[in-house]
Amino acid sequence: MKMELIQPFINAADAVLAQTLHCPTRIGDVSMEQEAYRRKGVASLVTINGDIEGRIIFDIDPKTAAKVASTLAGSAMEANDDVARETVCELANMVIGSAITTLNDQGFHFKIQPPVVHMAEMGEESHEDEEALVMCFDTGNGNVFMNIALRYNNKKREELRSN
Amino acid sequence: MEQFPFLIRKDRAAIRYLVVDDSVFARKNVARMVESFGGEIAGEAGDGCTAITEYDRTSPDMVLMDITMPQMEGIEAAERIVRAHPDARIVMVSSVGYQENIVAALQKGARHFVQKPVKAEILYEVIKYVMGDDAIMAAPAAQEN
Repeated sequence: MKMELIQPFINAADAVLAQTLHCPTRIGDVSMEQEAYRRKGVASLVTINGDIEGRIIFDIDPKTAAKVASTLAGSAMEANDDVARETVCELANMVIGSAITTLNDQGFHFKIQPPVVHMAEMGEESHEDEEALVMCFDTGNGNVFMNIALRYNNKKREELRSN
Repeated sequence: MEQFPFLIRKDRAAIRYLVVDDSVFARKNVARMVESFGGEIAGEAGDGCTAITEYDRTSPDMVLMDITMPQMEGIEAAERIVRAHPDARIVMVSSVGYQENIVAALQKGARHFVQKPVKAEILYEVIKYVMGDDAIMAAPAAQEN
């Protein structure tokens, strides 16, 4: 997977998590995975289509989600599934929106769909040219996982090859 | 949260906002900010279609509208509201802040753009700018609600 595609997501996650949670964040474990994605808690999935295609999954356990939700909402929130789903979708929305703003300004054009809750215990396996990068962000409120599998679409790949 | 002088209408009534976002948290967060500026929430909507009907129902002074939403996106909703109400003050509030999106929103009638995560001081300045001469600043105690 191309680092130039991933870096904006790492930067965005780092900045958005630190800003919204008002606490320092640190990138913990990072790994490349070709196996099927295994959900850790409540996950949201954003699909990307265009010059770059693939998907990004945000994953968070309900207890951490409640802490994050309380910080986002400015008042104490219960640790239930609805709160967790809403939290993980909003985090995904902010991080991915920020990252694609950077990529779009670099000349990549694509469309994102609103985050959807990822209910399956396991996702599809990654393709040979689309292995997934899994990152754990350690925040003062718990761990947030981001799983990115992106690649250039065929047209863009040809264009880059010919340049 | 940082304290700001209240932003109120010239007639000293609270500015009424319609907050549109498919995320409950995002709506809560923005609502909390504008209330801290002395504003009042006239209505909320979770998608573009509801935003249009809520605008007609509540006639807010300002709409704070997300872009990426289910059913109808914010830019299309903004266009429809402005077509029916040319004086509508719509500020797009979105995490997707690339130039094409901003230009499209402004071309369809939005007055300004604020990138998420929303910073209170930026939202405050944008509201002040968009309200222009129709708003004044006041100390919290001076507001007549």
